[in-house]
Amino acid sequence: MGLLSFYFSTKGNTITISRILLVATALVAIAPAARADKALLNASYDATRELYADYNQVFAAQWLKQTGEKVTIAQSHAGSGDQARAVIDGLDGDVATLALSYDIDAIAEKAKLLPTDWQTRLPNNSAPYTSTIIFLVRKGNPKNVHDWNDLIRSDVKVITPNPKTSGAARWAYLAAWGQVLKSGGTPEQAKDYVAKLYHNVPVLDSGGRGATNTFVQRRQGDVLLSWENEALLAARQLGQDQFDVIVPSSSILAEPSVAVLDVNAAKHGTAKEAEAYLRFLYTPEGQDIAAKHFFRPRNAEVAARYAQNFADVKLFTIDDVFGGWKKANDAHFIDGAAFDQIYTPSK
Amino acid sequence: MSLTLAAGGRRRRNALPGFGLTLGITIFVLSVLIVIPLGGLVARAASLSPSQILSILSSPRVFSAFRLSFGLAFIAAVIDGFVGILVAWVLVRYHFPGKRILDSLVDLPFALPTAVAGITLTALYADDGWFGAPLAKLGLSVAFTPWGIFVALLFVGLPYAIRSCQPVLADLEREAEEAAVTLGAQPAQIFWRVILPQLFPALLTGIALAFARAAGEYGSVIFIAGNMPGISEIVPLLIVIRLEQFDYAGAALLATTMLVMSLVILLLLNLLSIWRSRQYV
Amino acid sequence: MSNHRRPGENRIVRFFLIAAAVVLLGAMLVAPLVLLLAEAFGKGVAAYFDSFSKPDTVSAIIQTLLIAAVVVPVNTVFGLAAAWCIAKFNFPGKTLLVSIIDLPISVSPVVAGLVFVLIFGSRGWLGPFFAAHGIKVIFAFPGMVIATLFVTIAFVARQLIPLMQQQGRDEEEAAMVLGAGGFRTFWYVTLPNIRWALVYGVLLCNARAMGEFGAVSVVSGHIRGQTMTMPLQVLALYQDYDSVGAFAVASLLAFLAVVTLVVRRVLEWRFRAELGYAGSL
Repeated sequence: MGLLSFYFSTKGNTITISRILLVATALVAIAPAARADKALLNASYDATRELYADYNQVFAAQWLKQTGEKVTIAQSHAGSGDQARAVIDGLDGDVATLALSYDIDAIAEKAKLLPTDWQTRLPNNSAPYTSTIIFLVRKGNPKNVHDWNDLIRSDVKVITPNPKTSGAARWAYLAAWGQVLKSGGTPEQAKDYVAKLYHNVPVLDSGGRGATNTFVQRRQGDVLLSWENEALLAARQLGQDQFDVIVPSSSILAEPSVAVLDVNAAKHGTAKEAEAYLRFLYTPEGQDIAAKHFFRPRNAEVAARYAQNFADVKLFTIDDVFGGWKKANDAHFIDGAAFDQIYTPSK
Repeated sequence: MSLTLAAGGRRRRNALPGFGLTLGITIFVLSVLIVIPLGGLVARAASLSPSQILSILSSPRVFSAFRLSFGLAFIAAVIDGFVGILVAWVLVRYHFPGKRILDSLVDLPFALPTAVAGITLTALYADDGWFGAPLAKLGLSVAFTPWGIFVALLFVGLPYAIRSCQPVLADLEREAEEAAVTLGAQPAQIFWRVILPQLFPALLTGIALAFARAAGEYGSVIFIAGNMPGISEIVPLLIVIRLEQFDYAGAALLATTMLVMSLVILLLLNLLSIWRSRQYV
Repeated sequence: MSNHRRPGENRIVRFFLIAAAVVLLGAMLVAPLVLLLAEAFGKGVAAYFDSFSKPDTVSAIIQTLLIAAVVVPVNTVFGLAAAWCIAKFNFPGKTLLVSIIDLPISVSPVVAGLVFVLIFGSRGWLGPFFAAHGIKVIFAFPGMVIATLFVTIAFVARQLIPLMQQQGRDEEEAAMVLGAGGFRTFWYVTLPNIRWALVYGVLLCNARAMGEFGAVSVVSGHIRGQTMTMPLQVLALYQDYDSVGAFAVASLLAFLAVVTLVVRRVLEWRFRAELGYAGSL
């Protein structure tokens, strides 16, 4: 504290040590009061930071109005797999809102914090909003990228995160593989396509947000292969005039899943609030917030209102192309599976 | 030797108090904080069968990650050593404006969070960065290649190398050099024959410390490395990847292997300082 | 005659050496620092100070201060205890003990975090026990303190051990013979002899504790406004596309580093004799 006070006082500016102390005291004073009310922890992934920052406030206000109970929601964000592991190791989340159902399956299986049939408990496979994988390119599309086949041209560099560590990257990888099958290709051709694609990837970030930063802030690569919501958000945050969104002819329907972590919520006595928190996502109000943050809403009315944001893409699901996450994971992402084979030094 | 030491110890123990208490605290803290946790790590790794261990460690990706982490750390540490001598020499022997400030900045990499170092270095060396742009014109990409890792490791190891050389250079005996001068030796000869031998043990210590620090470096490297399997993927990243796949035993095995290699380095380091103190006391 | 000098006294050589050192340090240390400040003040002074009024950032700063407030005293007591028994007594296994104290310096931060996940995680050795008693260790304050303790354990001890070894035990023995008690001897004889090295060790420990990223990141859980520390907050803000906020927090940490180093310079300059070799890292 001494060093800090020295710092602030020499700068002699708006922030003084007394102000910091004031905030500190306020925080300490608030903390016990807040604990008396209900507190939820939402363990989420990278791309939902802005969505839930917004949504939490709306939900808290709504819950207060409806029940008279004050609820505060804390957020934790990291890569989806990283978060699943943290929850399994004891991160005390009441709800998990992750990038893929496989990660919540892992929680159910390894830590038994919720039943394995959790996906049936909420509508739409427990995925209140969806997204897909699209391309973000530099303004004016200098490399002339229009569809999947352009990504494997030798003059195109693609930025996408590492599927081993990132949920976004797994969806992107499966989108790339699946679109080959969907356009009549064989599994061999799909494998060949994906290998060529990843040979055009110069940087494999560990998380989706890291990849976006590499593309937009560090100006690496020609195409960012990522979440639609992430691409649209980056384009908005960092200037419409810098990027163009390119929508491929077909892509995958990404269903980020949400679930109450029953054991934790029961321990905290927040089962009711946690359930309501997730259900509110399905209401028109919740759907509207999701759509505002570039997630595709399930609700048709809301979807119609935001139609201009979401291009018409032929979407295929992981179930019909890959037979679900378990199979996809075993075939593609575990040690020595298809993704690793791309990098076995036969090249 | 050991007998006299023990006897000496016993005599002293009577004279000064607090041995039991302080040794107790030391052993307690070290056990709880270091020995038991690291023991747990090794135990977890040992839960794998020998064939599993062999297959993990012999995979080409693991091998190339170890080669990258330890190889680059070694090269970076050696270069840090040379920069260390130069900087320590200039800081100790010369006076020039701004010297104090420069001297204070030497420890910056030590206290700056590694993630901050990573973000900053990446911005500097990306193809549109202050250093990256001119280098890119010369056809050298630094950020997102193994060169980037090298730059980051150079950065984190630098203070260790400089600070190891500085006090020794400051305390070098003038007499030896002056004697050499009166005997007609050339400056270069004096440097190689008189100064360097005295500096050498400290230099080695500095290099070893920089190496130990750099080999395990994670925070700054992941930002600048590019993280391409087999090309710019470091061992700590492989550990993280295994963790994400819920493969704790595999992660523990890689961690243990790093730990053993670090232990070997430390052992050499301590032998080195023993050797040094025997020579120069 | 012109050749008969100590090495490096030739004017041209001297100029080139100074120039080389300044350029090297400029590129390796000053440039990252300048970039950091340029980014922090990129949108003006007001935006810079505004970053410190965000509740999450304030909470991260407080969290970091609290961690340091626990870690630094614990490591100070440990450092004194370890230095006392290692420097003033002889006992079998001493070299091993010193090596163990040094060990965390060369353990990758990722591994440091991993070991505590293996122990205190829900499926770890002690995790279920603490969970049953309603104590949160990992992904909460205690876990972050433990990981930071691990990383910084060597800093105070490393400063004190060489100095206390060099000073020997004659003065303490004399005090004991004259009838001073153990505590009085420590307080009035030992402590004044080592105080500046101790202060410096504490400062180093503090800087490192506040700046630790890798190990804390693994055990923090990244709960915003609760378990974020300053280095984690830097990364979070950076990824929220708030680079002014990120670099503003980073600049605080860089500033802390520089203050630490300036204090060290002053101490070394005024109390050089007392610090001895201990001033080196």
